[in-house]
Amino acid sequence: MEAVAKKQLQVTACKVRMGIIEGVHAAKSGHPGGSLSCADILTYLYFKEMNIDPKDPKKADRDRLVLSKGHAAPALYSVLANRGYFDAELLATLRHPGSILQGHPDMKHIPGVDMSTGSLGQGISAAVGMALSSKHFGDNYNVYAILGDGEIEEGQVWEAAMFAANKKLSNLTAFIDYNNLQIDGTIEEVNSAAPIDAKFEAFGWHTITINGNDFDEIEKAVNEAKTVDKPVAIIAKTVKGLGVSYMENAVNWHGAAPNDELYEQAMTELKAKLAELEA
Amino acid sequence: MSEVKNVATRVGFGSALVELGAERDDFIVMDADLAAATQTGMFKKAYPDRFYDCGIAEQNMVSIAAGVAATGKKVVCSSFAMFAAGRAFEQVRNSIGYPHLNVVIGATHAGISVGEDGATHQCNEDIALMRTIPGMTIINPADETEAKLAVRAALDHDGPVYMRFGRLAVPVVFGDDYKFEIGKGVELKEGNDVTIIATGLMVNEAMQAHDLLKAEGINARVINMATIKPLDKDIILKAAKETGAIVTAEEHSVIGGLGSAVSEVLSEEYPVPVVKLGVYDRFGHSGPAPKLLDEFGLRAVNIVEKAKKAISMKK
Repeated sequence: MEAVAKKQLQVTACKVRMGIIEGVHAAKSGHPGGSLSCADILTYLYFKEMNIDPKDPKKADRDRLVLSKGHAAPALYSVLANRGYFDAELLATLRHPGSILQGHPDMKHIPGVDMSTGSLGQGISAAVGMALSSKHFGDNYNVYAILGDGEIEEGQVWEAAMFAANKKLSNLTAFIDYNNLQIDGTIEEVNSAAPIDAKFEAFGWHTITINGNDFDEIEKAVNEAKTVDKPVAIIAKTVKGLGVSYMENAVNWHGAAPNDELYEQAMTELKAKLAELEA
Repeated sequence: MSEVKNVATRVGFGSALVELGAERDDFIVMDADLAAATQTGMFKKAYPDRFYDCGIAEQNMVSIAAGVAATGKKVVCSSFAMFAAGRAFEQVRNSIGYPHLNVVIGATHAGISVGEDGATHQCNEDIALMRTIPGMTIINPADETEAKLAVRAALDHDGPVYMRFGRLAVPVVFGDDYKFEIGKGVELKEGNDVTIIATGLMVNEAMQAHDLLKAEGINARVINMATIKPLDKDIILKAAKETGAIVTAEEHSVIGGLGSAVSEVLSEEYPVPVVKLGVYDRFGHSGPAPKLLDEFGLRAVNIVEKAKKAISMKK
């Protein structure tokens, strides 16, 4: 990737992270850790890869994205706001009564959200349905899904994996946000699905393992995925809480909001990062 | 009198899909390895490239159907009621119900008339489960004629539709002139002493009960309530006002089904006695379907008994 383009994505991702913190702080609840870990993947897809039009969110031939790990909604909302689907000021209404920004993605009311998710394991099946629809009706768009590493403990994920390979849904790419933490502890402590790549391969998928916080690697993997005649799982090793020092690799920031003091610290860190990038 | 045909409503479901498949190619059909039983196999045979088998994975099938619908396309997914409404309840609620997607769920083998397979497959809870999902439409056709008309209506309905079909061949009671409309009950027999509101295979029993009651000088109104949600409140309130006593009849638990739905309307808007006939808080078991219907008291004679009870409770 060219240095300028990469810098631009890094700047955008930093702004996306600020939006995540803004939203979760305003909501006094939500899931910052897993939102920050997948922020770069979402930024890449919405700013570089996907055929979409923020002015026409329902465009029929658009690429679709299903945030199967729906609790990372703050990341999706921040990306959509930064991409121009809706006013960024709305982020501060996250989880508030009357706001369109529900705790988990709501396709009926939020421009740019392709599928309502939140109950883990179901989003990947919905993404499979979209990929099937694209192929069956000859619409030729790609479908992306983002799953948590804890989420793949859900049996339905593997039902979906089996079906996607059997129906040769090569237009489906699923990212596994492998940040190694879930609510009750590390993946290994709770109930590990590792080795994740071998499992997906055994289910008939092509897999690519990358650093999911590196735009060069994300781009390379996404481009490779488009050339493969199978569904593709990108095992994206990420850092939970990335960008906010005290949240990084900290399980307690899976589902907690920063208080005012920690909010200020997070924003100070992110603003410093932004200034550094824009310098 | 012409001979009455016996056809299972699931066959009406399958043949309607085939007819629709000939008219239009804007929908796909999915099943979870039960196509031969649910009768989506008829569609699979006619249009193999528009049929997708999900294998034995109902939760996945339901969420895939939601994904297809989320792209603006039409989809029918099918399994046994036990698995479509029971096993996949949360997928129906969250993936289809919450985003109010246009998925038609064709749930067959509902009720105890599944027969020999026994309790694990005899779903008497699906109406109750589906009723709790906001925006869900529930249709329980009485015969093949109505099943076919209902499938046709469901495919063009805006929002999710849960359709309930039976395994057992039941009399085809409606002719070609029968009109079906989602959300409308149909008065089949006039009467002012009591009203029998029936759904599914109990509609035929209710019409027989009407004749049995008539022989005793009791005029029972009979209403076919194929759509259980949204419920036709007007026809219920009219019946309550004009006949003063109601019997409900369904091949489903009396907890949460048609009887509960009718009671909910009347208790709040026009209280009259409501006597519920259905499965009384018990599991089914194996046996020939007709014998089970006798044993579980889902027959015209049982409706007659309940009708008399309802009349005796009138003030």
